[in-house]
This record gives sequence, structure tokens and C-alpha cells, in this order.
Amino acid sequence: MSAQATIEKQSTCAAGSCCGEGTFAPAVDIVEAGDHLAIFADMPGIAPKDIDIQFEQGTLTIHGRAQPTAAPGARFLLQEYGVGDFHRTFEIGEMINASRISAEYANGVLTLRLPKVAAAQPRRIDVKTAT
Amino acid sequence: MFGRIASGNSALSHLRDEVDRLVGHMVDGSVNWTPLAFNVAPTYPALNVWETEEALAVEAELPGFKMENIELSVMGRELTIKGERSQESATDATWHRRERSAGTFARVLRLPFDVDAEKIAASFKDGVLHVTLPKAEAARPRRIEVKTGNQ
Repeated sequence: MSAQATIEKQSTCAAGSCCGEGTFAPAVDIVEAGDHLAIFADMPGIAPKDIDIQFEQGTLTIHGRAQPTAAPGARFLLQEYGVGDFHRTFEIGEMINASRISAEYANGVLTLRLPKVAAAQPRRIDVKTAT
Repeated sequence: MFGRIASGNSALSHLRDEVDRLVGHMVDGSVNWTPLAFNVAPTYPALNVWETEEALAVEAELPGFKMENIELSVMGRELTIKGERSQESATDATWHRRERSAGTFARVLRLPFDVDAEKIAASFKDGVLHVTLPKAEAARPRRIEVKTGNQ
């Protein structure tokens, strides 16, 4: 079983299935190191207390609630990006120890660490010389 | 019969020339053809700019940047934002998804009015850069009293 199948984007909240208009799928990097997977998600402008991370039946959901920064009725000269909630879900395989998933948020980036279960970790096998 | 073959060949070579012309143009860039990725992000970062009575507010989402890697400067009516974001590097790691970009950027924003360069304030919180550029005295709205002309 490859780790690629372990974690995969399931939906980006298209067609308003779960969230209203103005909800964005954060860009993510998913990196697998020896004993864990790391997910880096760009979620600027979200206060850490407004980030919900849920894990239920093999699905990891991250959701960030945005607070508008411009005063209502501000006269916009440029509006090149929308401010809204971030939402994205991932399928997590059985290789991940769900109870030990940890998260931290700094400079607008949410970092999740998903430790692999011991059985899924690479193991170095020493070859002994038969004497 | 040879005539027909000859004419067939000429049609074929004509077609090939036509394809070469089109493909060649695309490759050498004389046709307005750019990879999709470049069309998606024409300028970085995207900016929201709004005006209040006293100031201009400029905001940019710069997740993963650090304050010390962002450089702001104002020259006349031009605001320049520069920055650099490095990618989490890990040797012997496998990348399953790589949607976040890294590198340097520079963007120049033309300001609609003169600003008071001494009073520009910038903050960086949760990956969002917020710059407040107070209007220069001359650019502020001025209330003009209308006097009643009592003759």
C-alpha cells in the first residue's frame, strides 16, 4: 500500500456541498518523512482559535473561519482576492495513528503532523554475516 | 496519375507547412500562448486596497512569510512590496502534493494620491500584511463652509 493512497484530497468543497459561497480550499503541501506525514496548509488571516480540525471515520477535515478585515462599506480600489473560510477534507488511511495527530499554526500556515502507526514505518533490517 | 500523386503530396506538404506554422508560432511564443499555471497567477501577491477618509489600506495574504523577509518601500506615489518565502525542505522525504509555491516576489502598486511617508504603518499577523498609508494633507477631504451671502 503506497502512502499516496493513504492520504488524498477528497473534495475542495465544490458546488456548495457543505459551505457557502466564499469558501476556499487552502493550498497544501503533503510531505512524507520516515515516521510521519506532514500537511502544510496556507490559511492566512485565520485566528488559531477559529481553526477546527476534525477526524472522523477516516476523514480529516480542516476548517478555518475568516473575519473580514475591511470596514463594511469601505471603498475598494482593488479587490484581487476574496476573504472567506478555508475548508478541505482528506481521506486518511489506516497507516496513520489518528490519536496522535498534532497541529500548529504560525504565520498563516497550518502544519499538521500525522504519525504513522508503527507497522507502517520503514524498518531497517541489519544483515548479519553468517560466520 | 503522377499528377494526382503530385497534387496529393503538395496538399500534404501544404498541411504540414500549416501545422508547422501554427505549432512553430506557439513554440516561439509569437502566438499569445502561455502555460495555464501562468494564467492562474498573473501577479503575486493579490492585493486588496481600499480607501478611507484619512488613509489608503493595502492588504496582502502572505502565508508562510516572516516579517523580516518582507520589505516595504514608498517612493513618491509607488509602494513596493518585496518578499521571500522558503519551502520546508526535507531531504529523503516524499512529496505527495506540492501546491504551495516558494521563492521571491516584488510588486509595485501605484498610489492614487500622495501619502505621508513618515506615517506609514505596517503590521503582519497570521500571514496577512496590512499597510496603512495616511493621505498627505493635500489629499485629505476638506470641508468647505458655505457662507450665506447676506447683502
